Amino acid sequence: MSIQTQGNTLTFASIDADAGLKAALALSRADIVDTVADSGMKGRGGAGFPTGMKWNFAGSEKGDRKYIICNADEGEPGTFKDRVILSEFADLVFAGMAIAGRAVGAAEGIVYLRGEYSYLRPHLNEVIKKRRAAGLLGEDVGGVKGFDFDIIVALGAGAYICGEETALIESLEGFRGEPRNRPPFPVVAGYRYAPTVVNNVETLASAACIFAKGVEWFKSFGTDRSTGFKLFSISGDCAQPGVYEFPFGITVADLLKEVGGEEAKAVQIGGASGTCVPRTQFARQMAFEDIPTGGSVIVFGPHTDMLAVAENFLDFFVDESCGQCTPCRVGNTKMLAAAELLKDGACPAEYVAELRELSGTMQVASKCGLGQTSSNAFMSILEHFGDEIMSRTARAQTARTSS
Amino acid sequence: MLVTQQEQLRADVTALVDRLGPGRSSLIPILQDVKRQYHGIDADAMQIVADLLDIHPVEVYGVATFYAFLDPAAQGQFVIRLCRTISCELAGKEAVAHRLESELGIAFGETSEDGRFTLEWTNCMGMCDQGPALLVNDRVYTRVTPETVREIAAECRAAYDGHAAERKEGYLV
Repeated sequence: MSIQTQGNTLTFASIDADAGLKAALALSRADIVDTVADSGMKGRGGAGFPTGMKWNFAGSEKGDRKYIICNADEGEPGTFKDRVILSEFADLVFAGMAIAGRAVGAAEGIVYLRGEYSYLRPHLNEVIKKRRAAGLLGEDVGGVKGFDFDIIVALGAGAYICGEETALIESLEGFRGEPRNRPPFPVVAGYRYAPTVVNNVETLASAACIFAKGVEWFKSFGTDRSTGFKLFSISGDCAQPGVYEFPFGITVADLLKEVGGEEAKAVQIGGASGTCVPRTQFARQMAFEDIPTGGSVIVFGPHTDMLAVAENFLDFFVDESCGQCTPCRVGNTKMLAAAELLKDGACPAEYVAELRELSGTMQVASKCGLGQTSSNAFMSILEHFGDEIMSRTARAQTARTSS
Repeated sequence: MLVTQQEQLRADVTALVDRLGPGRSSLIPILQDVKRQYHGIDADAMQIVADLLDIHPVEVYGVATFYAFLDPAAQGQFVIRLCRTISCELAGKEAVAHRLESELGIAFGETSEDGRFTLEWTNCMGMCDQGPALLVNDRVYTRVTPETVREIAAECRAAYDGHAAERKEGYLV
């Protein structure tokens, strides 16, 4: 109902989660990791780290206490695919977690569900209970002697930064969601400083699909460097917003045609931390080698005030920066102040050049992805819509001198 | 705070800690429940939680003030959070915001004098395809229009009045 697809390829709906789990449990741990590595799947949250490699790192660590964490802290503006996956395909996610648990040797799984999705918790607990009763969670999962794996759901409390994996772990441990220094990476020292795999909801569900249908099937979708299909969260100025499934490699123009957003003057891809793609670049592809994305597409119609868009994003980051790193904490407030100057038509071009330098500082000197990417949207909007924004300056000045 | 109220608070928090365990990772679930029951986390509550978890109260304060949903400030029975992120903005959140303010008689960031309503902004809540969206406590409302604001407020008022005799607001809380 909530997943709209191109043609009739409603892939998640056609997959038997338990077939995936059974197929995986028939393999050795090393073979499970190899299968995921062979599929070429990259993390669906947006950063695009190869999933097989992540599982391999965690699996090679010594120790019998390891964790699988499902990152359901879907907070990136314009992203809502995980809400739909958790509502309708929770079995696939839990099967994927059990497969990951088998692969790396973990006995515990935790779903970190964002506070805004708390209404999904009873449903998820219900599905977990059913899977326990069916022997698909708990002791000797799927009849495999000695493979114990269970899942609990933990609830976030309204902090975007907790989608960053080390902040998420801090939050699970009962601390403020402030990202840790990396290394050590969570695969070495994560939750309770034990090896931990943190995967996006969609990544885990897709992993279950790979085992149900095979690597070759998975690789038949997408491009060489971005294999598989992807769910996109599409909102903004289009006729049919919603969750769509497309193979990686689809162009922005084709995607807009599917959702009735051909009129767009720009699209924001990857949410507030992503980039703004203007109409002239609509031939570009949604894929890790071109426009990497966690699947968020916000469509801006012909009359959108792009400076207001930038201001909205910066307001978001000022609010959501955890405050640890000065370039991010102060940088975002400076960016927002500049957007307001631009709005008033009181921002010299020289200052805009300084903002670019500040953006560079934020990128290299912030600890986590938030500070490293938060100025991207503003910078790309300034780059592509500089005339629209700076001509506002001219207009405001004209108004002042003529009054 | 009255001694009896403080005893009640201590009893409630102790029960929570017994249920969730005294480990540090119980801190956020404990605070979530305190917030749900008391609509705020005051200094007494923080001290009691700190005592039972054997941590410094400033640790509790630090966590409570970090998370938007654990805001220690006393809030209304119904916390209405309107999404202010871009997709809901494009979908017309501004008109909804104005109507909410006039319907409830409070501005964003305020709590009504009768302690029923708190009005807040929230960042993207994942309902971007069905905006403008808002949360009333845990419940989601989508495609909100200025017209439906009145219905939502009426629904809350009815729930509050219906349970007033027992001083319980089970519905929507």
